Amino acid sequence: MMAFVIAGREFRTLFLSPLAWTILGVIQIILAYMFLAQLDYYLMVQARIAGMEEAPGITDLIVAPLFGNAGIILLLVTPLLTMRLISEERRNRTLSLLFTAPVSMTEIVLGKYLGVMAFLLVMVGMILFMPLSLLLGGGLDGGKLAACVMGLTLLLAGFAAVGLYLSALAVQPTVAAIGTFGALLLLWIIDWSSRAGGKGGGVLEYLSLLRHYEGLLKGLITTTDLLYFVLFITTFLVLSVHRLDNDRLQK
Amino acid sequence: MNELIQVDQLTRYYGDHCAVDNVTFALRKGEILGFLGPNGAGKTSTMQMICGNLAPTSGQIRVNGIDILDNPKDAKRELGYLPEIPPVYRELTVDEYLMYCARLHGIPRDRRQAALDQAKDRCGLADVGGRLIGNLSKGYQQRVGIAQAILHMPAVIILDEPTVGLDPLQIREIRELIRELGREHGVILSTHILSEVQESCTQVQIINRGRLVLNDSIEGLEQQMRASSLVMVLQQAPDLNQLAAVASVQKIDDLGECRYRVFHDKDSNPARQLAEVVVAAGWGLLELTPERRSMEQIFIDITRQAPAIQEAAA
Repeated sequence: MMAFVIAGREFRTLFLSPLAWTILGVIQIILAYMFLAQLDYYLMVQARIAGMEEAPGITDLIVAPLFGNAGIILLLVTPLLTMRLISEERRNRTLSLLFTAPVSMTEIVLGKYLGVMAFLLVMVGMILFMPLSLLLGGGLDGGKLAACVMGLTLLLAGFAAVGLYLSALAVQPTVAAIGTFGALLLLWIIDWSSRAGGKGGGVLEYLSLLRHYEGLLKGLITTTDLLYFVLFITTFLVLSVHRLDNDRLQK
Repeated sequence: MNELIQVDQLTRYYGDHCAVDNVTFALRKGEILGFLGPNGAGKTSTMQMICGNLAPTSGQIRVNGIDILDNPKDAKRELGYLPEIPPVYRELTVDEYLMYCARLHGIPRDRRQAALDQAKDRCGLADVGGRLIGNLSKGYQQRVGIAQAILHMPAVIILDEPTVGLDPLQIREIRELIRELGREHGVILSTHILSEVQESCTQVQIINRGRLVLNDSIEGLEQQMRASSLVMVLQQAPDLNQLAAVASVQKIDDLGECRYRVFHDKDSNPARQLAEVVVAAGWGLLELTPERRSMEQIFIDITRQAPAIQEAAA
């Protein structure tokens, strides 16, 4: 209940800064360009693949790459959105308002998290308009599209959880942003060693965000992937609660 | 349950450094407690602990009978806290900010607007409701901070240096407000401005190096301040023996040029008898003034003294 109050303020405050609008605008333009390029490519190869058996459809050739690109771009952008969540409140000494109010640490963390998630969902919604526009001229594979949307939402939820934790750790927002970016990029590419043929890559491969995201983009919803994201998010949220509680305990 | 705040053997360490050492006190309804101390004495740490912003190393805090460690949510409902730096969001307007605080403190929907209007009214914010907090002056931001602390009508209001950075007129208004709040709520006020305590508080506590060195009512403090000496100026040199014979006079110092300081017992004032003796002898009484120790003097005496006592004990 209280978490929603905090989330509501967080969400509204995001839109009070030009940052949120800039991010929404820039991302929309870049992804739209990529989307159109992909569409061009599809129109070019359409004739050639028409005769193929089990030819990849419009969803595979346009929507999945679009969401793949969106994942990478948002990996760069999410840290900018999450960096201020807690570190700025700590810097401006407004955190004591939340600490003095009848709100638990878990509610504070959840509120912050839900607030930024609401913003990210708006972004997913806007990205979703692009593939939906294809309905004007053709059909879409609804299942695959749903899997892509779900994949991107889970991925962003994971990004936001890491960002929130690093914002709770860092004293300055910029430090939180760089830390988040580094952590996310590392988790993205952590399976490279196994791709190069190294041994013991199983664990690293399992840890990679990209691996689990790719599965969902193909339209493959597996319990492993879902569980991975749920565990990933929960871990970082619990860590954030503990970090915030530390403010009270130690200092 | 009469005590709004009951602090019991509160101790806080930062690593090896002891910031608050075994502090015990209570606050009752209708009291305004002034918390005095030099910088770094542990005032803020103590207040943060009472508000649940800082966990004590040991000790117990009860707010309105509710333990803040066992039941933080219920205890915090009874608390309003204004930290040293007002916890305001600069990008919100005053109304938006206070509405958010009202929601955070769980004020029911139908009572929010009324609570908001009342708090704004009391803090003189009625005209600036639609303005961004970031554009307000420091004094107004401080008022927003106070409005936030009294919004939900808590039993206890804790203000950490509420008059810092205000102009004299605003200071007077805030002091007025604090006195008014003291009638319905319990108020704890930290400051290092001594006159502020004298003007607005009913109880005084002096904390030094984490220890409570004085805990008294303002009357008790006045008692301490009351003179135990008189300054007397005469026209001609008197016979000091005759003056010293007056009941309850302990000692007379000659300050030169017919000025004398007369030390006497604390409980009685020999001014009348002295005057009679002087007039009867025809020495020409020009001046007879009781000396008052200023609050500054007491404060300095106590805070200087404390380490000496500690050393003696060690």
